[in-house]
Amino acid sequence: MSVIDVDQSHSAKSKFQVIDCDIHPAMTSWKEIHPFLDRRWIEHLSVYGSHLRHAFSEALSYPRMSPDAARVDAYPEEGGPPGSSLELMRRKHLDQNGVEIGMLIPLRWNPGSQRNLDLGVALTRAMNTWQVERWVKQEPRLRASVLVAQEDIGGAVAEIDARGGDPNFTQILLLPRTDEPLGRRRYWPIFEAAVRNNLPITIHVGGTNGHPSTGGGWSSYYMEEHHMVAQAMQAVMASLVFEGVFERSPKLRVVIMEGGLGWIPSFNARMDKHWNRMRSEVPHVKRPPSEYVREHVWFTTQPMEEPGSSAALLDLFDRIGWDRLLFATDYPHWDFDDPRTAFKANLSDSQRHQLLYGNARKFYRFDE
Amino acid sequence: MTGSRQAIGADHFAKYVGAIDCDLHPAVPAMGVLVPYLNDYWREMVSVRALDRLNLSLTSYPENAPLSCRPDWALDDGGKPGSSFEAMREHVLDRYRPRHGILNCLYGAQVFHSEDMAAAFCRATNDWIRDEWLSRDPRLRASIVIPAYNTELAVAEIERRADDFRFVQVLMLVSGEVTLGRRQLWPIYRLAERLELPIGIHAGSAYRHAPTAIGWPSYYVEDYVAQSAAFENQLQSMISEGVFAKFPLLKVVAIESGLTWLTGFVWRADKTWKGVRAEVPWVTRAPSEIVRDHVRLTVQPIDAADEYEAIMRLVDHMKSDELFLFSTDYPHWQFDGDSALPPGIPDALFRKILSENALATYPRLSKANHALEIAL
Repeated sequence: MSVIDVDQSHSAKSKFQVIDCDIHPAMTSWKEIHPFLDRRWIEHLSVYGSHLRHAFSEALSYPRMSPDAARVDAYPEEGGPPGSSLELMRRKHLDQNGVEIGMLIPLRWNPGSQRNLDLGVALTRAMNTWQVERWVKQEPRLRASVLVAQEDIGGAVAEIDARGGDPNFTQILLLPRTDEPLGRRRYWPIFEAAVRNNLPITIHVGGTNGHPSTGGGWSSYYMEEHHMVAQAMQAVMASLVFEGVFERSPKLRVVIMEGGLGWIPSFNARMDKHWNRMRSEVPHVKRPPSEYVREHVWFTTQPMEEPGSSAALLDLFDRIGWDRLLFATDYPHWDFDDPRTAFKANLSDSQRHQLLYGNARKFYRFDE
Repeated sequence: MTGSRQAIGADHFAKYVGAIDCDLHPAVPAMGVLVPYLNDYWREMVSVRALDRLNLSLTSYPENAPLSCRPDWALDDGGKPGSSFEAMREHVLDRYRPRHGILNCLYGAQVFHSEDMAAAFCRATNDWIRDEWLSRDPRLRASIVIPAYNTELAVAEIERRADDFRFVQVLMLVSGEVTLGRRQLWPIYRLAERLELPIGIHAGSAYRHAPTAIGWPSYYVEDYVAQSAAFENQLQSMISEGVFAKFPLLKVVAIESGLTWLTGFVWRADKTWKGVRAEVPWVTRAPSEIVRDHVRLTVQPIDAADEYEAIMRLVDHMKSDELFLFSTDYPHWQFDGDSALPPGIPDALFRKILSENALATYPRLSKANHALEIAL
């Protein structure tokens, strides 16, 4: 009997409790945020649009392999892009997959990467209110993420402080492709605000900063671009560690979202080995890097690794730490992970529950 | 130095006898040594512009950084690490007693922005390697240093070395101007395949771009840590662009890449390929299979707390014992004493890593036993 057969024998809805840490809500039309935007920015957007550091004004540099990078069954019957219909999200995802709590990760407009910083700040403010009004107030299972214009530190900190006391928000959302590596000190006030407001920092794949996706130039294909988000996440982790962010902010908690898992043990070992050799350069890094990662960093599970054997996957979880893994589906995107079949490993019921539900419940303090 | 040598003891090195050391770094002590190999124009430029006063050590390997030289491999006269043939002979050739050692010269010649300057100095570097290293010890072999950012000039330099079988590989830095799969580089790969020269991709950057996708890190240690990510990205580039479909006999050797990233790479690459392979229809096999057939890796450094466990796990995950090639990475400081390989590796695997895999990877190593001496 294959692992999938085992899973299907346990597929009754009631068997699973799921916290989905990565759901992408979309707008039926961009007019949805007009009520939350100043007239000045509505006019600006309709004339100049999004202004980012890449070639197309209205499209991604690397076209995806499906429209909107979406599952084919995620299109609402009434029209609009995948992720824009709450009714469909309920029926096809939240109800069907036993999602008790789902975290919203809005990606539209890349507000954190907008070159016009005032536009970025206005967009984050509007999209944060939009999340609450359009989604969380309509569906109590959903939670919002505080979008911030990460290159305008003052604006970002003000937005974090404004949302910090609102229980509709569970985390601060940053994108890894920042103008400078995220650990550099220009971003430290954001981390201080996160700790002050008792919110974790979540870093979800994305952002445009004008730097090629590799240190050796631009990739040609989406197949490369998709792979390389893992290496960008490695650089984020290294930057946070080697800049001493966790020494400065010992209460900071970080989630690496959608960055993959297979690289974590070897990258930790690499940081440790070369920190040990070059530690005189970074005297503010007082402990082996892997210790900071183990204490401060969590990882979402989608896209799940498929090493080809149950033992290899369990070994990977052992080496990362079972309590650091947070389940995510990435609904409605094409590489969606189904809670029934995502883990191609022989998990015990308690291990599965820990991954699908228990870790996130504890991490986001939903039981407090 | 004498003290540490006695403490280690010669017997511990006996297990390495007959090795192929796939990563030795000879250093250009100063540009002056290259001047005799330059033409009149460049000799004049060196003089007029005082180019020989420039220290062209790479930012990827600052001369005095702990990584760049193992303390007991430092030169007594304070010279550049790796710049003394006699010291390399004493520290590696006569101690480990390898059958062959492959010289990978990391020097500014290959990263000049001026394509003409890069070509002139790469040619001079290769000539100097031939005369001052290869000709002084029959165990030595070398990689061809190329002006990689002008394909035509790079091809010309490889052709110039084609008949000297002591040059066994083409050397490129992992981070240059364009990703290594790009078609503008394919004439290099076409020629390398024809001449049975693997492409040796070595850690290091020409710093044409920020070392990471998130910009310029603050510290050298971050740059160095990011090298393994650069290898992942370049392999993904070469696979995606179809380099190995186009050149089915081409071998790539990842040199000083860190090694243990490989498992995570093939898992992710295989899964991504399954999802998006319609974009790259020429990639008809899983990336893990392509890696097994075409990619080899030198073993130092081994990024793992437990190196023995790491190597055994890699062999298990990759389902191959043919991927790893012995290296000391001399004079870089990756290990202490005689611990170039961790203890406990089963004999058959040990022999594969020590020499058999390298002999299969570098066909010219066997042919050069004919001791072909070209007319100078």
